[in-house]
Amino acid sequence: MSVAKPLPHDAAHLHVTGAARYVDDTPVPASALHLAFGVSDVAKGQITSMNLDAVRAAPEVVAVLVADDLPFANDVSPSAHDEPLLSDGSVHYVGQPLFLVVAGTHLAARHAARLGKVEIAEETPVLTIDEALAADTRFEDGPRIYARGDAAMAMGGAKHRLTGSFEIGGQEHFYLEGQAALVLPGEDGDMHVISSTQHPTEIQHKVADAIGKPMHAVRVETRRMGGGFGGKESQGNALAVACAVAARLTGRPCKMRYDRDDDMIITGKRHDFRIDYDVGFDDMGCITALDVRQYTRCGWAMDLSLPVADRAMLHADNAYWLPHIRIESHRLRTNTQSATAFRGFGGPQGMLGMERIVDHVAGHLGLDPLAVRVANFYASGGGISGQKKQTTPYGQEVDDFIGDVVVARVRDTSDYDARRAAVAEWNAASPVLKRGIALTPVKFGISFTLTHLNQAGALVHVYADGSIHLSHGGTEMGQGLFQKVAQVAASRFGVPLEMVKITATDTAKVPNTSATAASSGSDLNGMAVKAACDTIRDRMAEHLAQLHQVRPDEVVFDNGRVRAGSGDYSFAEVATLVYSARISLSATGFYKTPDIKWDRIKGQGRPFFYFAYGAAVTEVVIDSLTGENRILRTDILHDAGASLNPALDIGQVEGGYVQGVGWLTTEELVWDGKGRLRTHAPSTYKIPACGDRPDIFNVALWEGENRADTIYKSKAVGEPPLMLGISAFLALSDAVAACGPHYPDLQAPATAEAVLKSVHTARGDV
Amino acid sequence: MRTTFLLNGSEITADTSPTTTLLDWLRDTQNLTGTKEGCNEGDCGACSVMVTDTDGARALNACILFMPQLAGKAVRTVEGISAPDGTLHPVQQAMIDYHGSQCGFCTPGFITTMATAHLNGETDHDTALAGNLCRCTGYAPIIRAAQAAESAPVPDYVRDAPHLPCFEKSSGGAPQARGADSPPTTPGTLATWMDQNPGGTLVAGATDVGLWVTKDFRDLGPVAFLNRIPGLAGVTVSEDEIRIGAATTLTDLHAVMAEHHPSFAELIRRYGSVQVRNAATIGGNVANGSPIGDGSPALIALGATLHLRSVDGVRSLPVEDFFIDYGKQDRAPNEFVEAITIPRQRDHLRCYKLSKRFDQDISTVCGCFWIDVQNGEVADIRLAFGGMAGTPKRAARAEAALRGMPWTDATVASAMQAMTRDFEPLSDMRASADYRMETAQNMLLRAWLEDQGQATNVLEVSV
Repeated sequence: MSVAKPLPHDAAHLHVTGAARYVDDTPVPASALHLAFGVSDVAKGQITSMNLDAVRAAPEVVAVLVADDLPFANDVSPSAHDEPLLSDGSVHYVGQPLFLVVAGTHLAARHAARLGKVEIAEETPVLTIDEALAADTRFEDGPRIYARGDAAMAMGGAKHRLTGSFEIGGQEHFYLEGQAALVLPGEDGDMHVISSTQHPTEIQHKVADAIGKPMHAVRVETRRMGGGFGGKESQGNALAVACAVAARLTGRPCKMRYDRDDDMIITGKRHDFRIDYDVGFDDMGCITALDVRQYTRCGWAMDLSLPVADRAMLHADNAYWLPHIRIESHRLRTNTQSATAFRGFGGPQGMLGMERIVDHVAGHLGLDPLAVRVANFYASGGGISGQKKQTTPYGQEVDDFIGDVVVARVRDTSDYDARRAAVAEWNAASPVLKRGIALTPVKFGISFTLTHLNQAGALVHVYADGSIHLSHGGTEMGQGLFQKVAQVAASRFGVPLEMVKITATDTAKVPNTSATAASSGSDLNGMAVKAACDTIRDRMAEHLAQLHQVRPDEVVFDNGRVRAGSGDYSFAEVATLVYSARISLSATGFYKTPDIKWDRIKGQGRPFFYFAYGAAVTEVVIDSLTGENRILRTDILHDAGASLNPALDIGQVEGGYVQGVGWLTTEELVWDGKGRLRTHAPSTYKIPACGDRPDIFNVALWEGENRADTIYKSKAVGEPPLMLGISAFLALSDAVAACGPHYPDLQAPATAEAVLKSVHTARGDV
Repeated sequence: MRTTFLLNGSEITADTSPTTTLLDWLRDTQNLTGTKEGCNEGDCGACSVMVTDTDGARALNACILFMPQLAGKAVRTVEGISAPDGTLHPVQQAMIDYHGSQCGFCTPGFITTMATAHLNGETDHDTALAGNLCRCTGYAPIIRAAQAAESAPVPDYVRDAPHLPCFEKSSGGAPQARGADSPPTTPGTLATWMDQNPGGTLVAGATDVGLWVTKDFRDLGPVAFLNRIPGLAGVTVSEDEIRIGAATTLTDLHAVMAEHHPSFAELIRRYGSVQVRNAATIGGNVANGSPIGDGSPALIALGATLHLRSVDGVRSLPVEDFFIDYGKQDRAPNEFVEAITIPRQRDHLRCYKLSKRFDQDISTVCGCFWIDVQNGEVADIRLAFGGMAGTPKRAARAEAALRGMPWTDATVASAMQAMTRDFEPLSDMRASADYRMETAQNMLLRAWLEDQGQATNVLEVSV
């Protein structure tokens, strides 16, 4: 059976030869036009005049469009209709598209886009969390509050109390392939869109609205993305819509791709947060009361900020039982890029906040933070010796808790306790360099919190030669989804994987898809494909059963053969046979996640089908003269359930961890006082490089099945590993703590500068 | 301009503007779309190609490589890394076997860089691949693949042997290439060219000038390509001095410095990436006057001399005197940097590079110190910094506080204090002014602590 085999990525042979085709590699007719946006260089104001004569006169420029030139909807938002493609006169951030250049070449469009003379009456922008709170610029009327128990009362009775304030920086996706779209106009106003998107259906929807057509007139295709990480969930809308509008206007194919600087200046990033907290606890570090305020900078438009902020609240407990907790969430509107989805979708910020609080509690009590973690874990399996199940602050039973045993195992395999002692000994003899170690758990909820998104469709054809054509609603961005789903299909038919053709995601084949997001890709699409395959397989079995006088469930599909009683056929022979009998060899499949129910206003219900778990131990060294730091060793144990493909899953774990470490160390987004992003290229924005990965990097998958009924009992693995990177941040905090008697109060990202500042805090320097 | 070179083993002549990049040319005119644009500024490596000349094969970033720079060389793109019959190169097979690709967009750049390192027998993979960013894998499987391919034989077809003359005759230039009709080919003719084209641009490695074109859309005016002037590159070591031709790449300089001033060599190892060091020249690094270029502080600490040439002859001055103010250097419009000389001397150099990321990052502060301690006293001292002022600059007051004084914690502390009067650093996206000052001071402390035998380098710690 193909499932569970560590097969390479389906396109690996194309990747390594340069033959894998991305949007910008698609051959286009010579008549194709190329687009670029002219963008705002001020953060807030009203356009008083736009002189685009020089743009129009620039070489190879075919057309220049402003908002008034758009024929239908001027909106590229995923939800709230608050994101015009081109400014409607108001300017909301530096980088906002104001006009659209259509030119003969990509370079000509980019050159011309710089030539616009736009006068903007500047207004004072709202840039920071404090400014937004002062101006009360926010989404939703006031803060969302989820609570359980009575945090205020419990705080009053707590033996120890601490307060703190913790900044968490955002993160640029830095997908290696920038945003890109290509639109080929068809007859009768139809549009064929080739887009680098995680959400083809939304592209279809936005393009249809922009050209005044029903969705059936727009077909969106996505073979692969050069990385997505959430950054291509909604941020590709503008390019596809721009291309469609220009294609409608000119009748010519139109292509748009952002230059890297444009991409970083225009598109949204991970939300930055400030988390303020009051925590009450006992001598063992058991948290008896917790009051958390989460402030998040959403940027100028709503985009996906509400569910992001919700998910941060839903992960404010991480792996811990908190009897009395109050979580208050402020979704602040600022004149910056509209923050968007990014791997973890708010979960990482919520979880990091909790882990930081645990770290602070341990620091205060002089305990190993791991002891405080263990003291606060949810009960194993959620049960307290047969009593009622423990629930999350939002009322979901934690009935699958394995965080404690995962942590115990990696504590053992990483030799955590001995190494912690060794680190202390080493530090005692090393005045300048200090080492630190931390073990942190991950518990991440799986399902879209917007319940209706938890559905997927698939379309499977078996051709008369036995070859199989596979389509589903998920998109491939490198995570290996296509291969995992193909392994499911091959397993259902009992055929070698080579018989399954993986094809581009296509809204004309599978409609009304959800974004490939929330780690849901293989859970949802795997199940939908299974359903489609089983439909066809059942038809085959029924036909053979009749021929050979056996029951359909006695027909065996295995190893490329199909056996029914005395009949023993190749799969291809069966396909021909069934075709000749005039039986359909094509089927759709559909799946919706069962058992979930969620009221996001009350903050009550079961938003998640199940939780994915993991734990990481990271050891670091810092230089107390400069704050420079490095990871020495990392040990990870991650729960992917019964893995559909252990090689691909380990790839997600390794890559997610390093991306999480980048978020919390070198990846610093810096805006200046005028709201201009100063880190808009890899020269200034530093994602981890090769040498930043841990010297020793031990990654293993937890051996256990998902208790929930998922595809082959696997678990989602896209987002959870990112949060394993929290262990690196807290290892840095641990190393800084060795520099002095005070709690380091390290802020994220822990750049060398932040680490050095924290060294001073630990020492009590003024 | 016409440029003749080998492309994936076959001779080709391209007729392009002087500032057309190899990346655009490959993708737009040759349908070779395996080479990717990731950043268009030489910082991500997705556009890496293998370029072979008489010095051997090197990885370069195609996005900031102008076509005329390729004259007489051989270019191998990812499409030319597998055998003509489609057989995969060992690094390609290893990348599949070890799951080294996920989204695949960075992969062609990794493949060409890995194939180049493989050809050259390089096994320090972290250094070889520091210029290739991957956002998916976390690099571990890529390194496993590189290690697995180490012992596989180099396929014959990847060994290009460019046999073309390096200095291809140039035809009439495009209109924007005024003056390119008779490109200079010797330092002497370059001096004449500079005299005739005072607003002209010299292109050596294009690791900086490339961005003027790809990001700033600047008109370079008349352009002279220094790869056509053999006399400008190369290092000669004599009894008295090390003479470095201005067009010497950082890669070639690294090899020389590893022998004479290893701390400078380690600094160069972290200068840009392999791809950048293979293109960038030390003359360009100094001549562009950047306050954060890493070459200048080291050269100042070494007491190096800059040699400027024009039709009037050669003018020599200490490297530190070349930098007048931010964006202003002591160079007449008709002068060009011909060479830099470093006196032969016993090595007392220590270089400290501080950046947000260790590899492929511009320095927040770069401190290069020449501290000659004799009998416990500081006999000679030069403390040169990048990132602390509008130019690379010495910490004169800190030096004065140490010169002739005992090399002790007390004198070091007083020098650190004095340094606050040497500089008024800026706050920017790399760091705050306070952090710059504190770490600059601490670099001096680090030098002293090192002499006391204390461990101070996180890069040297392992578990």
